[in-house]
Amino acid sequence: MSNLFDLLVAGLATGAIYALVAVGFTLLWQTSQTINFAQGEFVMLPAFLMLAAMHAGAPFWLAIILGILLSMLLLGLAFKMLLVDPMMRHGVLPLAIATMALAIGLKEAVKQFFSAEASPFPSIVPTGDISILGHAVSLQSISVLVVAILAVFGLTALLNRTSLGHQMQAAAQNPTVARIIGVPVERMILLTFLINAFLVALASLLITPIYLAKFSSGEVLGQAAFIAAIVGGFNQVRGAIAGGLLIGVLDNLAAAYVSTQYRAAVPMIFLIAVILFRPQGLLGRAEERTV
Amino acid sequence: MSGFAKPLKIALGLAVIAGLIIVPMNFNRYGLFILSQWAVMSIAAMGLNLTLGYAGQVSLAQGAFVGIGAYAAAIMTTHGWPLPAAIVVAIALSFAVGWVLGYPALRVQHHYLAFVTLAFSTLAFLVFRNESWLTGGIYGISNIPRPHFFGIATSKPLPFYYVCLGSLAIVSVAVWWLIRSPWGRAFMALRENPLRAQSLGIDTRRYTLMAFAIGSALGGVAGALYAPLTQYIDPVPFNLSLSLDLLMMVIVGGAGFFLGPFLGAMIAVLLPEWLRFTEGYYLMIYAVAVMGLLIWSPTGILGILDRYMAERRTKAASALRAVAKSRLETAQ
Repeated sequence: MSNLFDLLVAGLATGAIYALVAVGFTLLWQTSQTINFAQGEFVMLPAFLMLAAMHAGAPFWLAIILGILLSMLLLGLAFKMLLVDPMMRHGVLPLAIATMALAIGLKEAVKQFFSAEASPFPSIVPTGDISILGHAVSLQSISVLVVAILAVFGLTALLNRTSLGHQMQAAAQNPTVARIIGVPVERMILLTFLINAFLVALASLLITPIYLAKFSSGEVLGQAAFIAAIVGGFNQVRGAIAGGLLIGVLDNLAAAYVSTQYRAAVPMIFLIAVILFRPQGLLGRAEERTV
Repeated sequence: MSGFAKPLKIALGLAVIAGLIIVPMNFNRYGLFILSQWAVMSIAAMGLNLTLGYAGQVSLAQGAFVGIGAYAAAIMTTHGWPLPAAIVVAIALSFAVGWVLGYPALRVQHHYLAFVTLAFSTLAFLVFRNESWLTGGIYGISNIPRPHFFGIATSKPLPFYYVCLGSLAIVSVAVWWLIRSPWGRAFMALRENPLRAQSLGIDTRRYTLMAFAIGSALGGVAGALYAPLTQYIDPVPFNLSLSLDLLMMVIVGGAGFFLGPFLGAMIAVLLPEWLRFTEGYYLMIYAVAVMGLLIWSPTGILGILDRYMAERRTKAASALRAVAKSRLETAQ
């Protein structure tokens, strides 16, 4: 029983990070039909930007701020202006392929300019355990969970409660009508790219102390976030959150109860089942098919 | 492409084929290996081009079919079966699995389909890695023999390169015939407008499954050649990134163009080798080149040529019109 509790906490903590990454993923899809195959690498990169800042002599807090700002500049603004904007009107597939190439480029750049080895990364919270309901829970898991949940709630509040959020949703759902009623659609799309860059930088900050900073660490994470986004509902922010938490828990439970060899298979089989029986995702809206 | 005169096209094709036969004769081992790899990847990409470029069904599982073919060939040939028999089994197996994988395509389309095939690709990788009684697990299968044809051993790099090239030729002719047959037209109808295809009496169910199964079977052929080419296989080359690479080859070459996969495989296999002199930077340059190309021409390399030809044709046509018009005016 205590084992199950630990697994759930660990699963929720990983799931919360998946959710952060998956939310950004769905935001890009909703506003610009970008399927970002480099999303995992987007999480990998900010940790290295922060490490680079620290190597240059910046204290940890300054490195974090610099890392987040640089991420927003590179993975938000530059990604949109240089790659997405010129390709958006040519359909989904060429852009998706271009992001695959971008993923290769980012990995190779980190390997070449930084290191091919895994680098340790300082944690924002002290290591140690605290006691919850008589169980020892690692402080790191709890803080990851709390920060991720705060970020997701903050984002949901921004989207649903503020005028800016409503404008973003309008721009995503129907750009033409949004433009007619005076929503600056272009600026809203740019904003979603900046938010995505912020979320991946945050995810990077949370996950890298646990798994170390390595050029290839984005592969697994990107795929998990991808699956979380689909399972939850590709067109819904809350779907991506639910999907992320679900995949995180499922992954941890599968490792413990199914088999360590086939743990990765469980989310996949779940994914196939969801697509076959509820293709719009668990919480998604059905997309109308255009004839 | 119809801008070229037909004899010129034939001459160009023959020159390329002759070049592929003669030029590698004094290549070293590594050069021959890379060229053989190009031939094998072209076959796999041609299969994906059939599924994606002609029938419009996105698949992220072509690498898994290459894996299925490779394991089938590796297991059979190390147990004493001849390679042609292994190729037949690889085709049958990939065809059957591809057919089954096509069923989700009947229910869901576009990106959802891509996700199902992505999940399948990961599952296949896990089976390759974990079922060690069959696949040797992470240690893989070594000492895969190269075949004898008509008493000629192909264990040296050059003869085996000709085996790969010959297989590529056979597959190319078969695909060329297929896309010009009523089936090929049905595939294209499926891509352009599934609803209209159905109203015209095309059995879209059957053709969707067929497009998947035939494309997958070609992946199996490529795999069955890949195993004796490397003579050692383990699960790593058949993970998701092979599927993504193959997809990249098809798009970069030009999806829906017959010659697209050849060019795409050339870019993906040969370009990184040519860039070796840049040392650690070669994959970065490759990535930037692919992105740059796609920004310039989202329809791939052949898309550029196609646009250029279309422009020339319009110019030629308008020139003809101008001449005809002035003639009419002088006649009046």
